[in-house]
Amino acid sequence: MRSFEYLRPASLPDAAKALAGSDAKLMAGGMTLIPAMKMRLTLPETVVDLGAIGELRGIRAAKDEITIGAMTRHADVASSADVKKAIPALASLAGGIGDPQVRNRGTIGGSIANNDPAADYPAAVLALGATITTNKRKIVGDKFFTGMFETALDAGEIIQQVSFPVPAMAAYEKFRSPASRYALVGVFVAKTAAGVRVAVTGAAPCVFRATALESLLSEKFSAEALKGFRFPAEGLNSDMHGDAQYRAGLIGVLTRRAVASLTGAGMN
Amino acid sequence: MPDQHMNTPANPTGIGAAVRRREDMRFLLGKGNYVADIKLPNMSYGAILRSPHAHARVKSVDISATLKMPGVVAVYTGADLAADKVGGMPCAWPVVGKGDVPAKEPMRPALAQGKVRHVGDPVAFIVAETLEQARDGAEAVVVDYDELPAAVGVLDAIKPGAPAVFDDIPDNVCVDWELGDKAATDAAFKKAAHIARLSLVNNRLVGNPMEPRAAIGDFDVSRGQHTLYTTSQLPHIAKLLMGNFVLGIPQHKLRCVSPDVGGGFGVKQVHYLEEVLVTWAARKLGRPVKWVAERSEGFISDAHARDHVTEAEMAMDENGKFLGLKVSTVANMGAYLSTFGPNIPTNLYGPLLSGVYRLPAIYCEVKCVFTNTLPVDAYRGAGRPEATFCLERIVDVAAGEMKLSKDEIRRRNMLRMEDYPYQTPVLMNYDSGDPLGCMDKALAAADWKGFPARKAEAAKRGKLRGIGLCTYVEACGLAPSRIAIRLGVRGGLFESATVRVHPTGHVTVLIGTHSHGQGHETTWSQIVSTKFGIPAENVEVVFGDTDKVQFGLGTYGSRSAAVGGSALAKAADKVILKGKKIAAHMLEASEGDIEFKNGVFSVAGTDRSKTFGDIALMAHFPVNYPLEILEPGLEEQSFYDPVNFTFPCGAHIAEVEIDPETGFVKLLNYVAVDDVGTVINPIIVEGQIHGGVVQGVGQALFEDCVYDEHSGQLLSGSFMDYCMPRADSIPDMTVETHVTACTHNELGVKGCGEVGTIGSPATVINAVVDALQHLGVNHVDMPASPNRVWRIIANAGGAVK
Repeated sequence: MRSFEYLRPASLPDAAKALAGSDAKLMAGGMTLIPAMKMRLTLPETVVDLGAIGELRGIRAAKDEITIGAMTRHADVASSADVKKAIPALASLAGGIGDPQVRNRGTIGGSIANNDPAADYPAAVLALGATITTNKRKIVGDKFFTGMFETALDAGEIIQQVSFPVPAMAAYEKFRSPASRYALVGVFVAKTAAGVRVAVTGAAPCVFRATALESLLSEKFSAEALKGFRFPAEGLNSDMHGDAQYRAGLIGVLTRRAVASLTGAGMN
Repeated sequence: MPDQHMNTPANPTGIGAAVRRREDMRFLLGKGNYVADIKLPNMSYGAILRSPHAHARVKSVDISATLKMPGVVAVYTGADLAADKVGGMPCAWPVVGKGDVPAKEPMRPALAQGKVRHVGDPVAFIVAETLEQARDGAEAVVVDYDELPAAVGVLDAIKPGAPAVFDDIPDNVCVDWELGDKAATDAAFKKAAHIARLSLVNNRLVGNPMEPRAAIGDFDVSRGQHTLYTTSQLPHIAKLLMGNFVLGIPQHKLRCVSPDVGGGFGVKQVHYLEEVLVTWAARKLGRPVKWVAERSEGFISDAHARDHVTEAEMAMDENGKFLGLKVSTVANMGAYLSTFGPNIPTNLYGPLLSGVYRLPAIYCEVKCVFTNTLPVDAYRGAGRPEATFCLERIVDVAAGEMKLSKDEIRRRNMLRMEDYPYQTPVLMNYDSGDPLGCMDKALAAADWKGFPARKAEAAKRGKLRGIGLCTYVEACGLAPSRIAIRLGVRGGLFESATVRVHPTGHVTVLIGTHSHGQGHETTWSQIVSTKFGIPAENVEVVFGDTDKVQFGLGTYGSRSAAVGGSALAKAADKVILKGKKIAAHMLEASEGDIEFKNGVFSVAGTDRSKTFGDIALMAHFPVNYPLEILEPGLEEQSFYDPVNFTFPCGAHIAEVEIDPETGFVKLLNYVAVDDVGTVINPIIVEGQIHGGVVQGVGQALFEDCVYDEHSGQLLSGSFMDYCMPRADSIPDMTVETHVTACTHNELGVKGCGEVGTIGSPATVINAVVDALQHLGVNHVDMPASPNRVWRIIANAGGAVK
């Protein structure tokens, strides 16, 4: 790490102003930024810590929507009675991110802005059709994640909150990479007003919707409907922890398990 | 024999007592004193610029920009070392191969001279006022590399036409070593009714002690005195190697201090080039120089471990009786010979291949090979886990092919208590053990017979359940110097202890072993407690400072209790002997009539006595003392050279469940029954076995050091990719001991530091293979990662639908 200027603005406009300075980086929970700085992979001159902006934190429950402030920590989402009631899959997803230290520092805004290919939240955003509100506009989930560590956010744009429509039912199944415990593959299945949506994280350079699985499950929302289906391995990641065929297999297995957990059917 | 200690239950802090580790208090309170904690006046900070390439010629190193940077004190390159005639990093235990051809020992400079040979090979050492300035300085050094093709995989490196790591070693072979009677083994194979064959890989590991390595060089100009603070398991050896062979510092002008060290595992028994750099630079600069590895730097600068490829064959008669074993191994040395590198896959491997079996003929050959990877050295178990993995895997394969149960094939071939002492065909003479007793105890503890029911229950849940059994023998208590020197070690392997009795009867022990997690401060105090009949709290243990401790070979190879503990017991006996002389004088009796028991010297058959404290006081205030025939003071020293290795043995059983859809292996149950000899402290022994087992489970299921096979880049260079075992990976264990005392040391101790790591890889893999046996699988390479197991199931036709 090199020495840097540390700013902790108290309001969103101040944060935006600070961010406009030369070579500044936003810090939410710092769970990715700090290690990257320690390893000198990124060397910002200014770090703008969003931690003092109270309006960015908190969970609001409406009848058909859960809205989570960008600076809300994973542990708070995991333990929120509102989230557990409305979208239990989202609470359990948050409770399964990293370890207790990460969950007590890391935030939803930081996670989706970083868009790590193996992060959990992007799968929920995509599968639930969430909407991201920034200090400039609203971005629908389907348009937000644009590539590996890439999002639709413009320079200087700050996420304020993420709104999740409450689905009829949803489940998240993750198979952790043995070493990092990130998702080697994570599958978020949601039965929503807009139909069945299946989002896959960890398997490819960027979170994506598995439309073939969505079609099958739209016809019949049961594990049975997936029998014989093989997810194609083309385009999936291959690394020392999982080759593309393995990841493809996991997508099928985890989708089936997610659906089975919702329909109460047997695992086979 | 240890019988004299059988009175110890009366002594609540003596040998055998479950005394809580006294060192834990300071560690748990964060009061430890590690090298990284040490701050010296006017200290500077070093950073090392390391090669990003596996193999390259260094055409030029331009340090001009760095020298102009703020805070930079000095920048050194290989040319500076050469100009100062700094020697290469020495190998302390080379070996001699077939036809008496010695191992090749190419020069390893502390900073690259001409070529870099692995990712992480040091190129420049930057010293600055602050660490960040040193790192900035390192980034500004411009190195012009001419990249060369790399020899990465151990089998690739010996293919014709492979890139040569050293120009003058075109075939990359360091030494081609053999052990055993080849003709006798060939003859045994000719008689065989069946031969089991197995190819296996012993995966490469990174040790990853919790505390990264660190070193501080200090130089006292006025006295011409060097001090090296270092994270070493053997500071006296670091002092000897570095002083004598690298920097030419006379031994009386060099002090090595190894304070609290946060785990060693063999990784820290190596003499490292960073120790040389800080010591040398401190003298040049006349001020202290500190270097502390970052975790990611550890991955590319600590010695790695294991990395064998092996072909094994077991010859049997029609009843499954072993007739002969042939083992052919190619072992990776890495780019240079580490301190003990070539000794690990040879002397610490071949002689263990007889296991706990009557195996009449064994022939083992090991080709040690240079590659463009980190040097490979000892890691908990060092050679012995590899031997056990090889033997116990092929025994399981043999059982399957002979249609024998896994316990039955072992039972048919196992040594019985009455077979001891037992001379194996591969050097070792086992003094004691009861492997069958260990196995029977383990089978009972693991409910071996109840396994089929558990397997059937798991099958109903869609899970594949397997059970694995492994027996092992370990040669530890390194080592009888005479034998070790014959096997190539450049030095003795004895240990020394001084027992200093203070006028008050309190005791300071100065010992050459080094505790970096083992709890020696507790254990050594217990030995003294039993010897002198004083509470362990009255004993302090000093180690890790060559200016305080007379000499010592350090801690590795489960040697501390067997060799250091024995030295301590002998020194204590000398104190008692002198105490008897003093007591005889004070009690006006003849020395032969003085008995010493439970801290009291008494005249046999009388009520006249003096306490240990009385004698200690009289030795220092000799008012009633035979000064004309006896020196005052009460301090004795022993240098103990063991007559043989010690041979812990045991049996381990693991039970696993595999999720066939994901390949995930869950370890459900682990039973370890170990004969570690006399147990000095049951809490510490159990803890050592727990830790050892976890490290072996790590190798079996999780850990894998992976290089890109072409570029030689380290792919598993952080904990994001290098998978350490975690608490949730490990079930509660059943740990039992089954003690037969070592017959050739007074305490009867054998060693417990490595047994867990030696037994567990084969145990766990035997369980994994057992779970997959119905698919025709007879081997799974380590680690049995989800992807690998899934792939094996898929290839066997049992894939996820």
